Order: sequence, then structure tokens, then C-alpha cells
Amino acid sequence: MTLAPLGDSAVVVTLGNAIDETTLLRVRSLVAELERVKSPGIIDIVPAYATVTVFYEIVPAGATPEPPYQRVCRIVEEALAKIEHRWPDLLRANLESSQSRDAQSVVRIPVCYGGEYGPDLEEVARHCKLTRDEVVSIHSEGKYGVYAIGFSPGFPYLGGLSPKLHTPRRESPRTMVPAGSVGIGGQQTGIYPLSSPGGWQLIGRTPKPLLQLASENPALLRVGDRVQFFQITPEEFSTWK
Amino acid sequence: MEMTILRAGMQTTVQDLGRTGYRGIGVPHSGAMDPVALRLANSLVGNAENAAALEFTLVGPALEFSADALIAVCGAECEGVSSWQPLHMTAGTKLDLGACVRGCRGYVSVAGGIDVPLVLGSRSTYLRGGWGGFEGRALHDRDRLPVGVNEATRDLSEIFRSSWRIDPRILPAYGSTVVIRAMRPSNASEWADPLFSSEFKVTPKFDRMGITLSGPRLVPPAAENMISTAVGPGTVQVPPNGQPVVLMADAQTIGGYPHGAHVICVDRPLLAQLRPGDTLRFQEVTIDEAHQLALSRDHAMAILREGLIEKIRGKRNGAS
Repeated sequence: MTLAPLGDSAVVVTLGNAIDETTLLRVRSLVAELERVKSPGIIDIVPAYATVTVFYEIVPAGATPEPPYQRVCRIVEEALAKIEHRWPDLLRANLESSQSRDAQSVVRIPVCYGGEYGPDLEEVARHCKLTRDEVVSIHSEGKYGVYAIGFSPGFPYLGGLSPKLHTPRRESPRTMVPAGSVGIGGQQTGIYPLSSPGGWQLIGRTPKPLLQLASENPALLRVGDRVQFFQITPEEFSTWK
Repeated sequence: MEMTILRAGMQTTVQDLGRTGYRGIGVPHSGAMDPVALRLANSLVGNAENAAALEFTLVGPALEFSADALIAVCGAECEGVSSWQPLHMTAGTKLDLGACVRGCRGYVSVAGGIDVPLVLGSRSTYLRGGWGGFEGRALHDRDRLPVGVNEATRDLSEIFRSSWRIDPRILPAYGSTVVIRAMRPSNASEWADPLFSSEFKVTPKFDRMGITLSGPRLVPPAAENMISTAVGPGTVQVPPNGQPVVLMADAQTIGGYPHGAHVICVDRPLLAQLRPGDTLRFQEVTIDEAHQLALSRDHAMAILREGLIEKIRGKRNGAS
């Protein structure tokens, strides 16, 4: 565990050196604790895989005698100490929720696979030496963790893709990937919340919006969430609400 | 009141000081590329520093107002238009900014601010997401933008029609050959040395997301196993082609390339005003120096702002 500056207005907290469930739990717990404390001057918290980056105002409203970097490091260290103290409980709760079939512990996302919605399903099946149906059932059986959100607003990087489906990105990226497209990029799967250029293999599309700007919680997914996909038909896709 | 865009200029957008609180879900900070110029433009017309204004790039817009308006043009300078001072515009008079003669990004503030809806807490346009600002896009000819009401300056246009302007000594050291102060990440070993010892040129690949530089080729260690982490405005990323990219206001929130440097807050306005072909050198500073500089800048801006508020208040009392 290390703390280091990212320039003069953020602190990067590194909580592990691999992409795994335990590191993700630490990341999620630190974000939750910092959000609970709501220290003035901390303006953004960005979790990504093994790190949490805390952005701060150099000159916060309401002056404090503490130098800004030291102040934010202290707040982070206090949050980490709390998590360390509660770690056995956090581990147990995490295990229980990962085994639970409770709908609240997993975000279920409808996907219409193949056809015009997933133009690369064929290519993924060919690369993985599977049938299209096998690709769909392996993809929709998996449970995925949201390890990072970025690339574009609301884009979730989902870990936990079966090695049977690992497929390299397209050699030439598409200039326009429609919003809602579900793709595979190497060892990860993800969803494009906005229409944008993109190089992932597109296997399907979801009618469920991932970003709703007018909502209090604009993103459907947050780092640490668990995700599962389920297949819908093109008819269901077009009438989904 | 309305502001009518007669000619849009180049990539003219509505910007305030940006969005906070949503980077964790991948929403960039956005906001003015040169926040100092925006803050001053707003202070000069009696607005809050965060009010929304126009940002233009290399070529300014032509515009007019439906009623008398108090405005200021800051940042990039255009021929025939006085910058860094309040200007009184009578209804229907045309302000024609044309090509910038100095700098790259200019700001047009108006008393009352541009009254577009807040999106995720900010009026800034995010072009890639297509949201914020005016209809989530760069302005077109004939757009009509709503302007808010600023009670403090409502009747002061007459008084503001004087010829005072901001002392240029308070401004960042703008130029076309600049020294940009930056911090060096602790893991940027010898490979980053050339970044701090050579001159770099701004390439035509420059936009609100980032500025690609050309110079000696940097050779960072292979990034294959690098796990993506947060990046932000000021991060100098080095992709495999070895040409550094300084991330700017609309930067993505996470990235997987090695970081060679991180430009400190106070010098980002200098970057925002560079044009393709301009040159820069990076100079290493410590975090304490960076924070000291930021505090001094903020202090100077606060004093200036207080002076301006005093001026507005004094004139009002004098007038009544």
C-alpha cells in the first residue's frame, strides 16, 4: 500500500499490484469510507483496478493550517485504518454477497446477442473455436466485477471473463460504436454507454441506459458492483423500457 | 436578454470552471482550458468566478446582444478589441472578434452569465459526450443564447465605460515560447530525463482533451502490464510512439500509459494559450513549490476580485 502524488492536486493510493477480488474489495471499501467522511476540499474520488485516486482543491474553502497534500494523506490513512480494523467483517460480507442469489447484490443487464446488435459475435466464436450459442451462454453465465469506469463516461471495465472467450481487440477500431454495445477486449468485457469510436469485439447490445444525466445517480454501475448478463430477443430489445 | 451568435468562430463553446464529483464514473472535469482568464473575465463584469462564458479557439465569434450588456474579453487577444477590461455593449452593436493575434483560447463573459441549464452540476460543454453548454455542442451561426441577470451591475454600464484594465503583471506569463513547471512522478526514472531537458513543439494534434508534443522520442518501459489508473488535466502521458501528450480539460478519467510528468495547476493556463508550432520546456518543481505558487495566485486573484467588488459597490453608492 502506497500513497503518491498525481501532480499537485491528487493523491494516488495503490492498494495492490494485481487485478483481483480482494484488491477490488479494498478499493471499494476505501471509496465508501471516503464518501462517508465527506472531507471538505476533496472533490473527486476515482477508483480504477488496484488504485483509488483522490482529487483535492489546493486552496479549499475554509482555510486549514495543514499543508494540502499532507492533509489529504492523513484523511486517506485514517480511512485505511478504519478499513483495516473492520477487514474480517468486510471479507465475510463480501463472500456472503458473492454467493447470494439475492437480486440486490448483482446488477442484471439484458443483452440482445449477435445479428446487427453484435456484429463480431461470429468472429469471437471463430477465434475461440466455439459456436455462437456457446459464446452467448458462457458470456451470460459469468458474474463480473466492475473494476474501473472510464475510457468514456460510464464505461465499465468488467473482470471475470471466462478465458474461453478471451479475444484480442479488432485490428482497426470502428469509428462509431453504437451506445449500449457489449464488447470483448482481450481479457475483459464491457459496455459502451455512449456512441463513440471503439476497438472491442461487439457481441451484443443492451437497451438499458448506463448513463442518465438527469438522475441523482447518473451511472447505472459503480466500481465494485457485480454484473450479470441475460439474453433477450430482438423483439424484446425494441420494446424494452 | 439574449446573445445572438452572428458568426460562431472556431470551436466556440460555453464553459464554466468545470464539473466535480463525477470523475469516479468516468465524467471528465471539462471547464475552461484557461481557468484564470475565465475567472478574470467574470470578475471584470461582476459575476461569480464560476459563471458560464464563451470559450473560442484561434478565431473568435461575432455576436450581439438584445439589450445593453457589460462584457469582457480575456485570454487570447483579437485585433481591434480591448482585452482584460470591461466593455459596454449597447443593444444591437456587433462585437466582431476575428482571428486571434496572440494566444489560442479567448473568453467572452457577460454580466449575468450565460444561462444554460446545469448538467451534472456544471454549465460546461463536453463535446464528446454531447452534453452541457448550449445543446451539448460547439456553437453555430445564428444560435441564440440566454443571458442571466446580474443585479449588481444592472445599472452600472455607464460607469464601466471607462478605460481601466487589469494590470498585466498579475496575468500568467503567457507567450509562444514558455517554461511549464511540472512535477516528476516518482516512478518516472531516467527515461523521463529528456522531458525535462529538451524543447518540445506543439503539434496540430491539440484539442480540449490533450496537446500532443513533438520532440526527442521518449522510451518508457513497456506498458503491457501496466494497470490503468486515474489521470487528469496536466498529466503528461507517453504512448508507445514516444511523443508526449499533455492531458487538458476534457481528459479521459483513467489511462494506461506511463506518466512522464504532471503539469502543475498554475501553469495550465500557459498550455491552454499555446498554438501549433509554439515551443515549451518543462521545468521540474516540488509539490510544495507548486502549492505555494497556487496559493499566491489565488491570493492575488482574491485581492483583485475584492478591488473590483469595491469598485462596483463604490460606484453604485456614488451614483445613487
